[in-house]
Amino acid sequence: MNAREEILARLRAALSDQPEPVQIPRRYAISRTADLPALFTDRLVDYRAHVHQDLASALSGVDRLLVPADIPRSWLDRFSATVVVDEGLDVAALDRVDAVLTGCAVAIAETGTIVLDAGAGQGRRAITLVPDRHVVVVRREQIVSRVPEAVRFLAGSATRPQTWISGPSATSDIELNRIEGVHGPRRLDVVLV
Amino acid sequence: MTDAPNPLVGAAPFPAAARVELGKPQLRRNLRHATHTIRDKRLRVVSELDDWEDLRAAGSAIKAHVRQNLPELLVEFEAAATAAGATVHWARDAAEACRIVANLVIGAGATELVKVKSMATQEIGLNESLETVGVSAYETDLAELIVQLAGDTPSHILVPAIHYNRTEIRDIFRQHMPDAPDGLTDDPPVLAEAARTHLRRRFMTTKVAVSGANFAIASTGTLVVLESEGNGRMCLTLPETLISVVGVEKLLPDFTDLEVFMQLLPRSSTGERMNPYTSMWTGVTPGDGPQDVHVVLLDNGRSSVLADPIGRQALACIRCSACLNVCPVYERAGGHAYGSVYPGPIGAILSPQLTPGRNESLPFASTLCGACYDACPVRINIPEVLIHLRQTVRHRPAERVAFRILADLMAHPRRYRAALRAARAGAGLHPRRRRVAFPVRRAPWPGSRWTAARDAPLPATETFADWWARERA
Repeated sequence: MNAREEILARLRAALSDQPEPVQIPRRYAISRTADLPALFTDRLVDYRAHVHQDLASALSGVDRLLVPADIPRSWLDRFSATVVVDEGLDVAALDRVDAVLTGCAVAIAETGTIVLDAGAGQGRRAITLVPDRHVVVVRREQIVSRVPEAVRFLAGSATRPQTWISGPSATSDIELNRIEGVHGPRRLDVVLV
Repeated sequence: MTDAPNPLVGAAPFPAAARVELGKPQLRRNLRHATHTIRDKRLRVVSELDDWEDLRAAGSAIKAHVRQNLPELLVEFEAAATAAGATVHWARDAAEACRIVANLVIGAGATELVKVKSMATQEIGLNESLETVGVSAYETDLAELIVQLAGDTPSHILVPAIHYNRTEIRDIFRQHMPDAPDGLTDDPPVLAEAARTHLRRRFMTTKVAVSGANFAIASTGTLVVLESEGNGRMCLTLPETLISVVGVEKLLPDFTDLEVFMQLLPRSSTGERMNPYTSMWTGVTPGDGPQDVHVVLLDNGRSSVLADPIGRQALACIRCSACLNVCPVYERAGGHAYGSVYPGPIGAILSPQLTPGRNESLPFASTLCGACYDACPVRINIPEVLIHLRQTVRHRPAERVAFRILADLMAHPRRYRAALRAARAGAGLHPRRRRVAFPVRRAPWPGSRWTAARDAPLPATETFADWWARERA
């Protein structure tokens, strides 16, 4: 018997007492009413992300800006420094920009989470990982209240790569205190439009 | 492989190992500080959700459903992941899993790889096994890096370096990190920066990564990894080959089940509303991330845990480590005393079940206070399983004889009354005989074997039966 058949046989034998089927109680909340942009902002500030109301202030100090190829052109209208478009750049090239600008799929107010699902204006995963600063545009109507609302929205694109981002890179490994800034982008700028 | 120590079994039984650990005052201070910090954070973020108990109930039921349908769900996962471009492997035990990973790494022409923190790969001793075939595995999680540099073993599921404070971590970096900057201080952001610099080039150049998974979605073939630092994203995104070792119990039926677990896990583990980064991937995505993706489904004793109707609930564990942080025994003894990569209350029920006939002292490493059950996000009744496992352990001959005599006395009222009279007469000789509230803390031999870890109550000066006979008869 190969490993697959043997493991499956062992598991079937282990269940020979035929336990009662379970009903899954789903009494938890799917959403809640709240001032979503305000709640979202509060959570982001708690993670020490920077929250902006306009793109220009979020991009201040950026000389070389990386963008995915399908970024909305209007986002770059008033940006005068160098724009680097990702057309399969290698890692070293990704490491030479000051910041990356993307959109997102959905945002969760309750947890201060931004989800990228490789959809329009988001690019591949490496571009939001290697640069040290990530500027992300969140449209107010993309903000949902709670995790279940977001997961149900994302279920349609579940097999695309997803990255859930809640604040800048951080660690709790030293005495269990949260410290921002390890391997991922050390600065997260969120633009609410 | 057969000569390597089993990462699930310690060299000494818990009481002996704990005695050594209890003699380290710095360790106890570090643990107390860390566990209390995380406890308070967890309580704060859990109390924010008014439906926390509903989430726990759902999480527990989903995991029970998974256990009961595990063979079908595994086959479903395999089909979906394969259709998405992943290669699915099956490993009966640790040795087989290590062999599969080693062959894949060697097949990819690599002699080194980067790792995302993973309990499954700790459990199978993957790093040590790879070393024997000339492959170096570099841990990239900060705490795992600290432990690996120190040549130590993890002492906590979530924060393997919880037993070190910042100054000790600085000293480890100074001694063992070749590129540690001069004048490294023990300021945590400075230490984090040193780790970033140390690992960055490795992330950019290493061709193979190994991970575990927090969840595996059966209907889509998706794997999910939660992390904080971005080292996980680096490993899961930049290399060409990605190998994930996943315990068979990690499955969830559907993607939407994440709506429960993405709330339960972050709040229970690091006490955050959400962890900084979560990555999800399904097989291969052209032009995005590793193009050679493997999943190793691991049994390694899980099927035998599943066969125990009471013990099988341990397979619901999502490795959050909330039970460790609230456990009075863990807080004092620390993770190394348990001898297994799974320490604390969950380790005390999981390690013995994964290694039948071994780890027999672990179910006794608990006061049965139940704090672990209250904290568990998937409501594993750890005290119930502890008691169940205690009953399966073979007791010492003297203990067996003593309890057989006791059972015999209790079955015969006259003998029982006579024994009580004798005990009272004996207790009458004790200097504390009038103070029943004060138990005997140290009995003379052979009773000392019993009182070494327990108090023995003195019999009351009058039994209820005697009182009843005197007052009411």
